[in-house]
Amino acid sequence: MADDATRRAVSQIPLLKTHAGPRDRSLWPLRLKEEYQALIKFVEQNKEADNDWFRLESNADGTRWTGTCWFIHDLLRYEFRLEFDVPVTYPDTAPEVAVPELDGKTAKMYRGGKICLTEHFAPLWARNAPRFGLAHLMALGLGPWLAVEVPDLISKGLVVHKEGQRETAE
Amino acid sequence: MATMEELKLRVRELENELIKCKQKQCAAEDAQNQELHRPKINKMSAEVVDSNPYSRLMALKRMGIVEDYEKIRTFTVAVVGVGGVGSVTAEMLTRCGIGKLLLFDYDKVELANMNRLFFQPHQAGLSKVEAAEHTLRNINPDVTFETHNYNITTMENFTHFMDRISHGGLEEGKPVDLVLSCVDNFEARMAINTACNELGQIWMESGVSENAVSGHIQLIIPGETACFACAPPLVVAANIDEKTLKREGVCAASLPTTMGVVAGLLVQNVLKYLLQFGTVSYYLGYNAMQDFFPSMAMKANPQCNDRYCRRQQEEYKKKEAERPKVEVVQEEEEVVVHEDNEWGIEVVSEVTDAELQAASGTAPDLPEGITVAYTIPAETAASGETVEETEQSLEELMAQMRKL
Repeated sequence: MADDATRRAVSQIPLLKTHAGPRDRSLWPLRLKEEYQALIKFVEQNKEADNDWFRLESNADGTRWTGTCWFIHDLLRYEFRLEFDVPVTYPDTAPEVAVPELDGKTAKMYRGGKICLTEHFAPLWARNAPRFGLAHLMALGLGPWLAVEVPDLISKGLVVHKEGQRETAE
Repeated sequence: MATMEELKLRVRELENELIKCKQKQCAAEDAQNQELHRPKINKMSAEVVDSNPYSRLMALKRMGIVEDYEKIRTFTVAVVGVGGVGSVTAEMLTRCGIGKLLLFDYDKVELANMNRLFFQPHQAGLSKVEAAEHTLRNINPDVTFETHNYNITTMENFTHFMDRISHGGLEEGKPVDLVLSCVDNFEARMAINTACNELGQIWMESGVSENAVSGHIQLIIPGETACFACAPPLVVAANIDEKTLKREGVCAASLPTTMGVVAGLLVQNVLKYLLQFGTVSYYLGYNAMQDFFPSMAMKANPQCNDRYCRRQQEEYKKKEAERPKVEVVQEEEEVVVHEDNEWGIEVVSEVTDAELQAASGTAPDLPEGITVAYTIPAETAASGETVEETEQSLEELMAQMRKL
């Protein structure tokens, strides 16, 4: 399971109330609002804890999400693009988060750059559906994945710091 | 201005036309290569000559196994996922002379797939459905193919997928006879489950574990047998201590053997179901470590999360009530009673004991060797804060998020 810090962060993300996926025309807009509320709260919490690490935005109907996530390692900031589609079976199944630019660099990834989550994630999501939302996906899925994979990729020289990316000393 | 519906209709028309054109083009190519490829055969012959590709299949009739083998040419099967299991499944059905195959996959052939059967290195880079169609058409030109290179779990593709399941039969407009799930992830299985529950479409699910040493097939009749959402995923207990299983640095392992076995079990069940011989399995597991094949049947869950599953259950109940009770054949449930528990029915531990106790629910009563991937606690009262009521509109929230 996740470490204490992740657990604490997750417990602070508000749970969602509306059980609706993108095919549910009447209720999906409601769910989408809740998703944004939870995401805003989560990002604000991260900022307060001096641990701001991702941004996300969606298309108008909330089915396609894109954004960036970043990871600080040895005072350098490594930034990656991220994307995912909300599957028709959401929120019973979690979206598959992809970090396309890391495709082919790590074995912990499926084709297309979809990150390979630990075997803990699916049961955790299933037990908390439909109350978990995209903010939980970030906190329990992408966050721990980056924390394990990025330092490893840097040490192997597969990810190098790009000039022009913002330094942490700002 | 044409309306959205009209445009959609037009797109569909064009797509169908395209499919027909593709088929014509391929047929033309085949005609060109007639030196290399056999012509189409109009009627399956039982004549035992070297040149008859169906002689050994038609022999099944003479031996009294199958009553009417030619009937296979009237059936349409959709194969979703043309990977390690799906490609072999499609090849078996092609060789058996199935009427029509619909293939769905969004992936490309990669060299990393070469530890599995069917695809060849020179096909790397081609879409799986395109490469498969080409090979399969060469093997048996009598089969009609329809391929779709997309991910079925996204909104627009899912609508199209549902449409092809309900209208893509051999005779355009009729539903397919059977959908086979040969996908490798939970999202796609749930998407197929959703579609089949809504359409009342009978389907079979198949799967191979990520450690490559167990697999299963499952027949799902909406409303009658447990759907994929009725219970947590059923898995075959591999009898490996989870603590000794090394997962570091890899996502999934695969073996051509396990995938071939599962594809074989799947197509065998398909043939038995379509051609009505033998006993059709509801759930059949394969434990490669001990060579153990647990089997069982599971009824639909009245509390299933999928409302279409619950609706199909109502329909099924009604139908059952109306059916005259002439013969009650009690052969379905063969409850296997075993003295020992060598293969260990157990819930795989994925958290600490304390967490497990707090978070796990009761596992359904399953026969030896089959377990659930995880359990879900019965009490579902939300613990923790939920999102507050807001006066803000979605657009305002989106803008706020962007400004952060």
